[in-house]
Amino acid sequence: MALRHANAVVVGAGAGGGVVAKELSEAGLSVVLLERGRWHSYADIDSDELRSQRTPVLGNAYGPDDERYRRVVRDLAGEWQTVVPSHWLYNNNAACVGGGTLSYGAMAWRFMPEDFRMRSTYGDVPDSTQEDWPISYDDLEPFYEKAEWEIGVSGDDSQNPFAPPRRRPHPMPPFSYNKEGKLLYDAASRIGLHPFPIPMLRNSVAYNGRPGCVNNRACVGFACPVNAKNGSQNTVIPAALATGNCELRINAVVGEVHVNDHGRATGITYFDERNRRQTQTGDIIVVAASATETARLLLNSRSRLFPNGAGNNHDWVGRNLQGHAYCGAFGLFDEEVYDDVGPGACVAICDYNHHNDGIIGGGLLANEFIRMPYLFAGRRPPGAPTWGREHKDFQRTYFRRHAVVMGPIQEIPVFESRVEVDPVVKDHWGIPVARISGHGHPQDRNGTDFLSSRAEQWMKAAGAHTTWKVGSGGGPTASGGQHQSGTCRMGDDPETSVVNKYGQFHEIDNLFAADGSLHVTNGGFNPALTIMALGYWVSDYIKKEWRGTGFR
Amino acid sequence: MKPGDFGRREFVKVAGTAVGGMVLVSGCTPSVGKWRFFADAEAAVVEAIAEQIVPSDQDAGARGANVVNYIDRQLASTFEEHQETYRNGIAGIQQTSNIMFGSDFESLEWPQQTEVLKVLQNGEAEGGIWETESAGSFFELVRDHTMQGFYGSPRHGGNRGFVSFRMIGIDYPRIVGQNRYKLFPGKS
Repeated sequence: MALRHANAVVVGAGAGGGVVAKELSEAGLSVVLLERGRWHSYADIDSDELRSQRTPVLGNAYGPDDERYRRVVRDLAGEWQTVVPSHWLYNNNAACVGGGTLSYGAMAWRFMPEDFRMRSTYGDVPDSTQEDWPISYDDLEPFYEKAEWEIGVSGDDSQNPFAPPRRRPHPMPPFSYNKEGKLLYDAASRIGLHPFPIPMLRNSVAYNGRPGCVNNRACVGFACPVNAKNGSQNTVIPAALATGNCELRINAVVGEVHVNDHGRATGITYFDERNRRQTQTGDIIVVAASATETARLLLNSRSRLFPNGAGNNHDWVGRNLQGHAYCGAFGLFDEEVYDDVGPGACVAICDYNHHNDGIIGGGLLANEFIRMPYLFAGRRPPGAPTWGREHKDFQRTYFRRHAVVMGPIQEIPVFESRVEVDPVVKDHWGIPVARISGHGHPQDRNGTDFLSSRAEQWMKAAGAHTTWKVGSGGGPTASGGQHQSGTCRMGDDPETSVVNKYGQFHEIDNLFAADGSLHVTNGGFNPALTIMALGYWVSDYIKKEWRGTGFR
Repeated sequence: MKPGDFGRREFVKVAGTAVGGMVLVSGCTPSVGKWRFFADAEAAVVEAIAEQIVPSDQDAGARGANVVNYIDRQLASTFEEHQETYRNGIAGIQQTSNIMFGSDFESLEWPQQTEVLKVLQNGEAEGGIWETESAGSFFELVRDHTMQGFYGSPRHGGNRGFVSFRMIGIDYPRIVGQNRYKLFPGKS
């Protein structure tokens, strides 16, 4: 039996897709929201570190599973390797209702105006596709605000002199600092930096019918035990379902977008929970499956007009894959700096996001989320024993006497870093898997060297007796992971971008993307709030253009 | 010939080539007794390796945390792909122990065991089983699995009684939120 036609079919119930489903269903469109994963609750894995999305040694708690999913990646030695989702080279995010927002750290950053104008600010960069966004910070500002109020952000930008202009404050007061946060706040102030509380998609007080945060240690990488962390799964998706216009189908693995001979998307094919092939037609198709899977889906959607994949007649789909080059510094202290007040990350600076001498871009610095015991066992100063009495003694002495400051360096986009579909390897459903290759830009290393040395200075100022730097950019493998972006770049020129500034495919009027794949550049910030804001931005355009039963 | 007659690296290599074949064991030892994957003798070796990696001191070590139980459980399920590496690696470490000190690993003195593991870690164990199995990779695998079993959640069979959580001073069993309030003002 054919499935009922929908006005809009949205692929992926994460940060972007959840927002789009809510906006369109509230506007009266019938929406089918498809998610390859399922609903999860905290009780599924509790605080089990070995299954956290951060250290999934026994598999990812919130998907995808190691049994049915594969990717092919070019590894450190330059060889193609087939990997499962729990392997670090897979560059996983998540597969569940909420996507990455169920288990993320929930930092709620707005990009800065310069982040949308990287080429204008820093000029041409050789061997890169660095470019300005076709939209400005001012274009996106109202949608950042909407995301902050509808999904829920705690923060206080007035303490951050580098914060971009805003019309309305955050809806919830900022979080207070934990013990190491206070120490780092004081140290930053002493050396002339401008520390402030990290804005968080997390309730500092009861909000939206859910309670305030209980400062759980096992926060990043886990679902929240009291539902105080705000993702699409407990905000916009329930709101979409409440309209009566949105149907969420879980365990639905989408394999192809159908594009007809008139250049219009007509629907998608997916496999349901019993692995039956289903076709869902729609007036509008919105792909929000994350930068890697969105690109894979489009490339797997070959048609007469688009023999190389939907929207890919200029070979830009899957290109410019980027994430962030993380870097920073560890510090060891004589006294205890740990008070077990989660999630840990609470104080940040934006002093180094832009206008650093000789550096293209930059990144925020913040104290890091709590290192769980197994993860910390792998963190030692260079040359320190990795096992034995000394290693154990270090764990006992320094778990409560260490701190970490880290930041995401904005990577310079590289055309060769890309997602393709593998000609041989297929997943459980017979769909060709994503193949990832590429490398960081050599200039990324300048950024990470710079930022990690600043992190080390901050750590020394806080009184650490031993410090060491971590992380480097410009690596030999493609970057992606939880901050993956860039693969369906927005732009005004169809020759050098995939979608227009509204996320609409240049040559397919009723096909849209609404996730990190739209990002031209990825900011020196965690990207979740920007993906949500883009979800509202894309939806706003669709709603304005919607003409009842068709689309334009 | 004593080990002192050669540099250690040279000794292990030469001797390994000479007698390696004699200490090879069957590639597929059936699991008997209380273990899901290991033979009893294999479990004893892995437990001894794990105890070297996280030794007992004023706090319990890998043996007290039942790390070998964690590894055994995972090898019978999630880590099936590593079964062969363990089978070969355990035989390999016996080979190297016998060459270096004339005895099986679990019967060696503590400092001798440490020395064998350092030889493995540094990739200096060669010959015999190590012709086809990387000693360094095997050591790193067991090292990592031991850390998981010692510091991970007890639900997977290690970290018995949250011993590692007690050691590093974080609450157990965890009650979400309980440690955010001063239940007894004045006490920390």
